[in-house]
Amino acid sequence: MDRSSRSRSRRAAPLVAVAAAAALTLAACSSGSGGKKAQEGAANASAGRADTPRMTVALVTHQAPGDTFWDTVRKGAQAAAAKDNVKLVYSADPNAGNQAGLVQNAVDQKVDGIAVTLAKPDAMKGVLGKAEQAGIPVVGLNSGLSDWKKLGLVEFFGQDEGVAGEAFGDKLDTTPAKKIVCVIQEQGNVGLTQRCDGVRKTFKGTTETLYVNGTDMPSVKSTITAKLKQDNSIDTVVTLGAPIALTATQSVGDAGSKAKVATFDLNNRLVKAVQNGSIEFAVDQQPYLQGYLAVDSLWLYENNGNYSGGGVQPVLTGPAFVDRSNVDKIAEFAAKGTR
Amino acid sequence: MSMAQQAEPVVGTPPAPGPRRTDGRTSRRPLPLRLLARPEVGVFLGAVAVLVFFLIVAPPVRDGSSMANILYQSSTIGIMALPVALLMIGGEFDLSSGVAVISSALTASMLSYQLTLNVWTGVIVALVVSLAIGALNGWMVVRTGLPSFLVTLGTFLILQGANLAVTKLVTGNVATDDVSDMDGFGQARKIFASSFDVGGVQVKITVVWWLVLAALATWVLLRTRYGNWIFAVGGDKGSARAVGVPVTFTKISLFMLVGFGAWFVGMHNLFSFNTVQSGEGVGQELIYIAAAVIGGCLLTGGYGSAIGPVFGAFMFGMVQQGIVYAGWNPDWFKAFLGVMLLGAVLINLWVQRTATRR
Repeated sequence: MDRSSRSRSRRAAPLVAVAAAAALTLAACSSGSGGKKAQEGAANASAGRADTPRMTVALVTHQAPGDTFWDTVRKGAQAAAAKDNVKLVYSADPNAGNQAGLVQNAVDQKVDGIAVTLAKPDAMKGVLGKAEQAGIPVVGLNSGLSDWKKLGLVEFFGQDEGVAGEAFGDKLDTTPAKKIVCVIQEQGNVGLTQRCDGVRKTFKGTTETLYVNGTDMPSVKSTITAKLKQDNSIDTVVTLGAPIALTATQSVGDAGSKAKVATFDLNNRLVKAVQNGSIEFAVDQQPYLQGYLAVDSLWLYENNGNYSGGGVQPVLTGPAFVDRSNVDKIAEFAAKGTR
Repeated sequence: MSMAQQAEPVVGTPPAPGPRRTDGRTSRRPLPLRLLARPEVGVFLGAVAVLVFFLIVAPPVRDGSSMANILYQSSTIGIMALPVALLMIGGEFDLSSGVAVISSALTASMLSYQLTLNVWTGVIVALVVSLAIGALNGWMVVRTGLPSFLVTLGTFLILQGANLAVTKLVTGNVATDDVSDMDGFGQARKIFASSFDVGGVQVKITVVWWLVLAALATWVLLRTRYGNWIFAVGGDKGSARAVGVPVTFTKISLFMLVGFGAWFVGMHNLFSFNTVQSGEGVGQELIYIAAAVIGGCLLTGGYGSAIGPVFGAFMFGMVQQGIVYAGWNPDWFKAFLGVMLLGAVLINLWVQRTATRR
């Protein structure tokens, strides 16, 4: 007993020392530039609050952990929920079977509405039937453009990845690009593959595909560098996510290439890169809008019987292009993480 | 040390017939064979085979800057493969090493940014956090006697979840904010993520650190008492303790070495890319372990080297980038990677078997 307590206090002494040293360092070593202090405390969009009865909406997506894109979707859904007096229950799982389980969970909770992504529509069929039986309205967002009607969803908000890819290809045709490489950060992802296929369809030059390991940035960087060295006729790198695009600009430098970088999806830093010209343009499917509209539409359906898109047409949120001509306006919203 | 484990793969081979009438049990085997029996020689030959193969099929690899790129990729794997290999020689395993890299980078980035501190403060606190994670892993393994596989799987999940949740809580996003305009960033970048010119080729500084750390690890393993302790605790913990090896200290310190490696690579990630995404790092632990095992470390402990994993990591980087340099159909990328690695490991195994056969 005695021995253990003595050793504990002996162990505590260095801890105290470290804490004290840390406190001193914190005080002495502040940064004169950048950091939180430089960040503007901008408030999120807000539009008052509805006095309709409290309702519960479940948003179930196929988000993989740590993805900046889905974070923005969720922020949009939260903004709509706050405005509409809605309790938002968010859950996500990239595995289709697990995602179906989460929808089942929402049905069991007897929520007032469900918003769901249909990355793998077949896996969701059974559980969506149960929601219908229970009389719970379901809307789709982001993925499932070709399946939402078949599965009995009332509305859909998203971007057709193929159409977005085609628009991207059209935009590339207005630039001097002749040969592009389309970088896929997750081999086997249907949506990402559709984007590249769409680009290939309309782009008049040559398109190649490259797979990179999206969970390891140094590897992404060296693989894109390797591709640019292997084929120095590549004049444009097309990426499918904002962080990958920013890394690709480093690869271009490393490879001593003159290639331009253009990308799908946005984030705060990417907006700055478009402003300073290191990235040509980005196509944005407006994830914030997808989350916002999905929740807001369920509120409208419940309280006023409305169908966005008349219940027969999808509501498209993209592709919206962000380039030099409009980037300054978008920058202020991106700084808040909502674009 | 426990070379004997490898030395008896063939049972019941009759004494070699030949002009010499000795049975071979006491005679010294020829030097080339003894050399080939070193744990790192098989992987060295495997790496050379892969290199030569890609020099032939992929013309861009012959360029100096391509080799610099391959070495860069290898170094980011290799710096972590070193402590992972030492830990494995010491008989333990760390599944949390991949996400620990990101935890360290997130700590440094968020601390400096949120409190608007000189980034060096974040770097140092991140080092303390990384060492503490390692110490906790080691302490739990030693204290509970549970397999390190299980304990570090737990840490892996905790870190993966915490990376995401804490980042979201602190920054409101799932990626950290940009620290590149903050005090100390330039210096830190020089140390962790700069590059220098060698005959017109830009070489990344991580390559230098990788080789320096490998030399250091080799010296520790072969020339110091601590090195002997590592082999001893990995070979037989009970006997090691009986002859006075501080088993607890050795194991915990090995886990802390992995923490150090995670910190180093984490700092490279941060200062190379300015921000960190909280979901990264998952799956990397298997690549580090693969590099160590390909490099001749036994999964069961007690056997291996520090130079072997250097070639293991090089082989991984070479194959991964070589496939791109060769311009092969990218749909097959992962399949190619697997086939090449298996092939290299088989060469490695064959060399070992041949060398140790009497």
